[in-house]
Amino acid sequence: MANISVNIAGLQMKTPVMTASGTFGYGLEFADLVNLEDIGAVIVKGTTLNPREGNDYPRMAETPQGMLNCVGLQNKGVDYFCQHIYPQIKDIRTNMIVNVSGSCPEDYAECAARINELDNIPAIELNISCPNVRQGGMAFGVTTEGASQVVKAVRKAYSKTLIVKLSPNVTSIADIARSVEDAGADAVSLINTLMGMSIDIERRKPRLSIKTGGLSGPAIRPVAVRCVYQVAKAVGIPVIGLGGIMTAEDAIEFFMAGASAIEIGTGNFIDPAISVKVADGISNWLDSHRCSDLKEIIGVIE
Amino acid sequence: MKQCKDLLVAAVEYPSPGYVLLRLTDTEPLGEILGGQFVEIRVDGSPSTFLRRPISVNYVDTQRNELHLLIHVVGEGTRSLSQLRAGDRLNVLFPLGNGFTRGRAGEKVLLVGGGVGIAPLLEYGRQLCEAGAQPQFLLGGRSRDNMLMLDRFEALGKVYVTTEDGSMGEQGFVTQHSLLQKPDFDRISVCGPKPMMMAVAKYSKEHCIRCEVSLENMMACGLGACLCCVEKTVKGNVCVCKQGPVFDVQELNW
Repeated sequence: MANISVNIAGLQMKTPVMTASGTFGYGLEFADLVNLEDIGAVIVKGTTLNPREGNDYPRMAETPQGMLNCVGLQNKGVDYFCQHIYPQIKDIRTNMIVNVSGSCPEDYAECAARINELDNIPAIELNISCPNVRQGGMAFGVTTEGASQVVKAVRKAYSKTLIVKLSPNVTSIADIARSVEDAGADAVSLINTLMGMSIDIERRKPRLSIKTGGLSGPAIRPVAVRCVYQVAKAVGIPVIGLGGIMTAEDAIEFFMAGASAIEIGTGNFIDPAISVKVADGISNWLDSHRCSDLKEIIGVIE
Repeated sequence: MKQCKDLLVAAVEYPSPGYVLLRLTDTEPLGEILGGQFVEIRVDGSPSTFLRRPISVNYVDTQRNELHLLIHVVGEGTRSLSQLRAGDRLNVLFPLGNGFTRGRAGEKVLLVGGGVGIAPLLEYGRQLCEAGAQPQFLLGGRSRDNMLMLDRFEALGKVYVTTEDGSMGEQGFVTQHSLLQKPDFDRISVCGPKPMMMAVAKYSKEHCIRCEVSLENMMACGLGACLCCVEKTVKGNVCVCKQGPVFDVQELNW
């Protein structure tokens, strides 16, 4: 059996497959359907300093090989997470990572500082790329200055592994990646959703309440592979790839493009056990291609 | 306990044009499924269908270990499901959601259904009978052709019908049925088009009768993870797939 365990900036993972924020709840929702401890890492729902109600319904539209969403970071706030959710997930024996979002650098830093106190949360993923909130979110992720400012603020407040999730809705994702690396990020994950829109032509209305949303699913995979390739060439820190991964073969593309680990998001809605099946498939693929370690194929594309 | 597995299509029936009834089974017991719960079906082989399709549980045949789904063919996904044949396999995530309030011996429950919304009321009616409660059914449709499975409902309790064109039962909407003028039931459970459910909810509030409704907001995961199917309630936005699909009307901002 090929070795598929990886170490991402100090984060030791049994498999290189993580579940993406916002698609896997707090893990507990899937506990009947998949053994959570067989997943490399679970990234829980985006958490903000203060509670957020999110956007109005409808928040989702199915599109060719994908879906649009405009959930808008609905969550009960970091204090609720620490008091009520954390006790339920702290003993799950895998890496439980919190996705952190905010509307100003101070909020991001304060939220990260509170999570820093939680012993069994080994990392955070900083969301500077949410397309569905008016203030903050993606606004920070689309300029090198904005991205750098948030990451610097959080770096001062947070001592463990800091992953920064990048937006593809930019001119040069490599430039943004370099700026967050310089600001102190330990790893980057990409891509967040692509901004999209869909219209109900009979009703002559957008299909989402706030008109636009984030596109995910296999439809965005080639864009994601391209972004991972460009970023892996530009930075020295590990790159975590995501965007429409449904099979082990999809994941292999990301590894070859330069990703050291991957996340699965929308795929969890189609198959709740996909994260474990893809990990098994990666191992089988490596065996059948006479590779003894996943590292042999990471970044092989020149 | 939720499961996600390939079930065997034991039989496919066509109760009326535009509707298909799938009878699914498995070698292992299907487990407890509550009336009003639903399943999410993976639709294979349809290029335009990506997400699973939520379908209410129509009937559970415990002796045959069968799960029945009554499906209204409205789009590509349901069309693809209507082409299934006995012997095919279907990947199903179930059981999902909370289900209707469990019955108590002796209570009289009015089950109101419209269109394909009648589907979950059959299993719920069966479970009410099993609990010693007395269900009665008020079913509405556009015309006689939309009234499905009436004999199955009649086996469980008294059935009242309204059709918009008057081709069967009383003419009009369910809320206009004479049965509602002298209410003789302890509570109401409703599943159907939203305007119908809102009208019944209004009636129930006016008459101080407890009423629950089953919502069908568009959803993705079915597990309370993606937060796409939210409904505004007195407790804020909650997931229809997990906290629902059945809600007491007092909880909703209707």
